[in-house]
Amino acid sequence: MLDGYADAGNTMTQDHDMTQSPTDTRQTVAEFVGATKRFGEVLAADRIDLRIRRGEFLSFLGPSGCGKTTALRMLAGFESPTEGEVLIDGREVGGMPAYRRPVNMVFQHYALFPHMTVAENVGYGLRQRRPRLPKHEIADRVIRALATVRLDDFAQRRIWELSGGQQQRVALARAIINEPKILLLDEPMAALDAKLRGEMQRELLDLQRSLGITFVLVTHDQEEALSMSDRICIMGHGRIIQVGTPQDLYDRPRSRYVADFVGKANIVEGQIAARHSGWAQAALGNGVHVLVQDEPDDTRTHVDIAIRPEALSLVRRSDPTPAATAALPAMVTHRTFLGDHTEYLLTAEGIGTLQVNAPRAAERVAGGHDVGAYVHVLWPEQTGLVLAADS
Amino acid sequence: MAMTQFRARALLLTPAGLWYAALLLLPLAVVLIFSFGERSAIGGYAPGFTLEQYANLPARFAAFRNTMTLAPLGTVASLLIAYPLAYFLAVRVSPKWKTMLLVLVIVPFWTSILIRSYAWIFLLGGKGIPALLAQIGLDDVRLLNTPFAVLVGIVYGYLPLMVFPIYVALEKLDKRLLEAAADLGTPPWRAFLQITLPLSMPGVLTGSMLVFILLMGEFLIPAILGGGKVFFVGNALVDLFLQSRNWAFGSAVAVALVVIMLITVALYTRAVKRFGASRDDVGLM
Ligand SMILES: Nc1ncnc2c1ncn2[C@@H]1O[C@H](COP(=O)(O)OP(=O)(O)OP(=O)(O)O)[C@@H](O)[C@H]1O
Ligand SMILES: [Mg+2]
Repeated sequence: MLDGYADAGNTMTQDHDMTQSPTDTRQTVAEFVGATKRFGEVLAADRIDLRIRRGEFLSFLGPSGCGKTTALRMLAGFESPTEGEVLIDGREVGGMPAYRRPVNMVFQHYALFPHMTVAENVGYGLRQRRPRLPKHEIADRVIRALATVRLDDFAQRRIWELSGGQQQRVALARAIINEPKILLLDEPMAALDAKLRGEMQRELLDLQRSLGITFVLVTHDQEEALSMSDRICIMGHGRIIQVGTPQDLYDRPRSRYVADFVGKANIVEGQIAARHSGWAQAALGNGVHVLVQDEPDDTRTHVDIAIRPEALSLVRRSDPTPAATAALPAMVTHRTFLGDHTEYLLTAEGIGTLQVNAPRAAERVAGGHDVGAYVHVLWPEQTGLVLAADS
Repeated sequence: MAMTQFRARALLLTPAGLWYAALLLLPLAVVLIFSFGERSAIGGYAPGFTLEQYANLPARFAAFRNTMTLAPLGTVASLLIAYPLAYFLAVRVSPKWKTMLLVLVIVPFWTSILIRSYAWIFLLGGKGIPALLAQIGLDDVRLLNTPFAVLVGIVYGYLPLMVFPIYVALEKLDKRLLEAAADLGTPPWRAFLQITLPLSMPGVLTGSMLVFILLMGEFLIPAILGGGKVFFVGNALVDLFLQSRNWAFGSAVAVALVVIMLITVALYTRAVKRFGASRDDVGLM
């Protein structure tokens, strides 16, 4: 422990830049350094490098089997990395067993102890402390923890007498009562129905703000990650693909993988015609030029360009094209009315399939488009984005 | 509707009901009646109503004492050996080996207890373990025909019955609970005491009860390994019914045994209730 704090002292005088100072434990509560985990042939985590900031709400997002749980379990101490390191509070914890780590986990299926009451479950962590805590202190803190998750009246209940949502709260109370440095949550909402999930998400956020504990959440639900996280870490095939704020990932995905995973995106090929300080003029497959965001030091000429369906709009071929907008000729193939917006699928000449989401308000004024209609897809300047990575 | 349902239920329960009546209640009733009767001059049973047989029970005190000490002792010894074995099989062994090792645990069951016990006569007899002990200077150790020999035979014969219920309970135990315990700051040995042990109690209680009840009626192992010196109530019954043909007294002994068993079962049920509350998987009884 002392090592970690000594390091923290040193860094007080250093620059705040997270990417520069390697042991800034004021801001970094935990860190993966080239952490790799193999299960025989399977590479569950592949050279993970990540800093978890103190007090942040971080999500691991990715499809099933991409290594999210493995990453979380390396933090908790249930798996030790095959290569690389995991640090908590600036201290390498490779040899530290789970029961010594200052982190707590909310398990996917809660893993509540069936032979104990709700109160006994919640107080379990405190009863493990050595030297022992006074009984009345444990009792007080159990009562407070139960109040925090609004289960005051359930202290003496048995676990199997609780609903799924209540069990989840018990699991939460059982973890936060220990005041961990990091609270790990492995798909805690997966077993709840949609309505309850929304409620729990809000409660979890409130809890995180009031406790100030670092939360690390594993989920494969992008909406959950987008709505709750300060930062999201997108994973794929055991690797970290991109880390950023939800807005960052949505507005500036670096790869097709992220663009596809966070929201929906049209991805079209383009040939760079000109570049200018962060913007690129690109020719699409049909010869039309669009002006899109570009990475400053990109030198490729053939690139993938991503644009969100809601950034595009539709007009009849006969309608005039607004200024600073490219018009792509296309035909409507599918039309799905979704209440607040209508989802169009179109075939655009020389480009392929495009999706356009038209807000209901706009459709009310200008009218919709039928399947088979020939239209122009409008691509406003500076809305697309050149994807930095190829895959 | 209700009628057909009733009939269906009656039909379903009939075989079990007949079985129960014919094989359990009827003999019990007969034994109970006999126990108040007398021995006829030529042996067997003569009707009557007397408590004389019960007053005579102390004559078989040794058999009751042996049964009531060796049955619990055998149960505890089996438990102490079976639990680590079951734990090893359920928790530590890789799935590949599990089935094979489980089969190995049952294999002894495939041969008669008679044959297996005779093997122990050799092992515990003069040319077996005592001979080995003599080599290291421990002369004149008698093992055969002692309570110890009976205990060995009991543990050996009943081990699988103890292993299996415990194995099932441990196998069913959600391993994530142990991770949760570790996560909350519990070192492994304490997690065993706080999580594994209490949650495997149903298996322990089932196994113990199975072994204990069967041991109370045991007569083969004491007969073979006790050499007529370590008598169980079961041996007393064999003697009274088949040799001395004192059916009335035999019946009184049998009734006493049944009463003791009933009390034990009642205590067991209470223990289970306390341990498992309304868990639905608490054993066979
Ligand atoms: N104990 C293990 N033994 C062998 N392989 C494992 C083990 N744990 C995980 N894996 C493998 O490692 C990979 C990553 O697993 P992990 O559980 O981290 O995925 P995940 O992202 O949490 O997936 P999900 O969303 O389905 O929970 C998978 O291919 C999985 O099969
Ligand atoms: Mg997982």
